[in-house]
Formats: sequence, C-alpha cells, structure tokens
Amino acid sequence: MKVSVQSEDFDVGAECAAIARGRTDIGAVASFVGLVRDSNDGAGIARMTLEHYPGMTEKSLAEIVEQARGRWDVLDATVIHRVGELRPGDAIVLVVVASAHRGDALKACEFIMDYLKTRAPFWKKEETPEGGRWVDARESDDVAAGKWKP
Amino acid sequence: MALKILYFAGLREAIGQSSEYLARPDGVGNVGELHAHLAARGGAWQALATTKNLRMAVNQEMATLQTRLEDGDEIAFFPPVTGG
Repeated sequence: MKVSVQSEDFDVGAECAAIARGRTDIGAVASFVGLVRDSNDGAGIARMTLEHYPGMTEKSLAEIVEQARGRWDVLDATVIHRVGELRPGDAIVLVVVASAHRGDALKACEFIMDYLKTRAPFWKKEETPEGGRWVDARESDDVAAGKWKP
Repeated sequence: MALKILYFAGLREAIGQSSEYLARPDGVGNVGELHAHLAARGGAWQALATTKNLRMAVNQEMATLQTRLEDGDEIAFFPPVTGG
C-alpha cells in the first residue's frame, strides 16, 4: 500500500505498472485520476491552491484504504494527492487499486475517492477573475459517500 | 502540557493565525467547551461560531463537540473538506 501527499506531479502509467510488478495474482488494476478544471460554479479558474493538515491527511488516507480492504478483495492500492499551487489541466489525485477481479478493483477505487472527498483534510482555494475563494463542500459528495453502507 | 490548537483554510485566514498553544482553561473538558472559550474572545474569533458545518479533530482523528480533552492534546478546527 502506498499513500503520498506531495507537491510534485505523478506518472499514472508508472504507478499502474508498479502496483502489479513482480506478481501474478493480480487480474485487475483500476485507476482514477482527478484533474483541475478551468471553471467552477460559473467562474473561470486561473489556478488553485490545495491546503492540507500534515499528519492527519496521511493517516486519514491510510484509514480509507484500510476500510476498502475490509470491504473488497484488494491486493494493493496507491493513493497520491497533490498539494500546493495547481493550474487547469494539472492532475490533483490518483487512486490505483489492484485486485484479482475487476469488480473489486473498480468498486474499491470509487469508494476510496468518495471517502477521500468527504473525509480527508484537504481544502481548495480557487483564484478567479473576482479574486480568491475557498471552495464550498458539495452536498453531492456527501450523497456519493453515503451510498456505501457502513 | 498546553493544548495545541490548529486552524485551517478559510478559518485560518479569518482568524489570522494557523496555530497556538493554550494552557487548558478552567472548565474546559471537551472540544465544545474549548470552542466556546475561543469564540468568546470575540472579533475575528467569532469565525469559529459562524463557519458553516465546522469540523474538528483531536489528535488527528475526527472529533465532535463532546470529545474529551486532555492536557497536551492537538485540536484542529476547520471547514468541511474539499479535496480530490
């Protein structure tokens, strides 16, 4: 299992290859990549800054991965989340899950993202033509996380 | 040992600082009592009371207003998270 909070970019292909390297029990690798969009809530986004809670962030991501392992047959997982200043088109987050079969890999990947969005201590501040603004939490993210029964 | 208190994101900006150490005041035994103590400073500290859906953590675990506090604890206050 790998959890990383970093300012540097990541290589999706390299991370997907690394998770399966040297083993033959993995039948499925599912991944999700989140990118910075150039608009949000009707405003153009020139750049954004991601703040986090060092220490708690890593613990929280590791806990979410552990929960996924308890629900599905997860053989390995990678979560990378970037912090600091990002621009439209930049990658923000990567989740990679390896399982024997696709169902477990796809569901665990979606679960990790849904829980990350509502539980991991990151905050986005967007720079718009009208100035900086902190992004409001979305109800739709709570709904998405709520669909996974405890 | 004093309490370590952290503020993040919009709350950090409103208060104008990211952290402080505070000897646990008399009568402060849980997060809710600490929250009330800090908000009662008035001025910028009222942001603690006006932030919508304020979240809190004790020793880097999500907490509630009822979570008990011990000397030396690290308490964080922040708005709902928006990562991913």
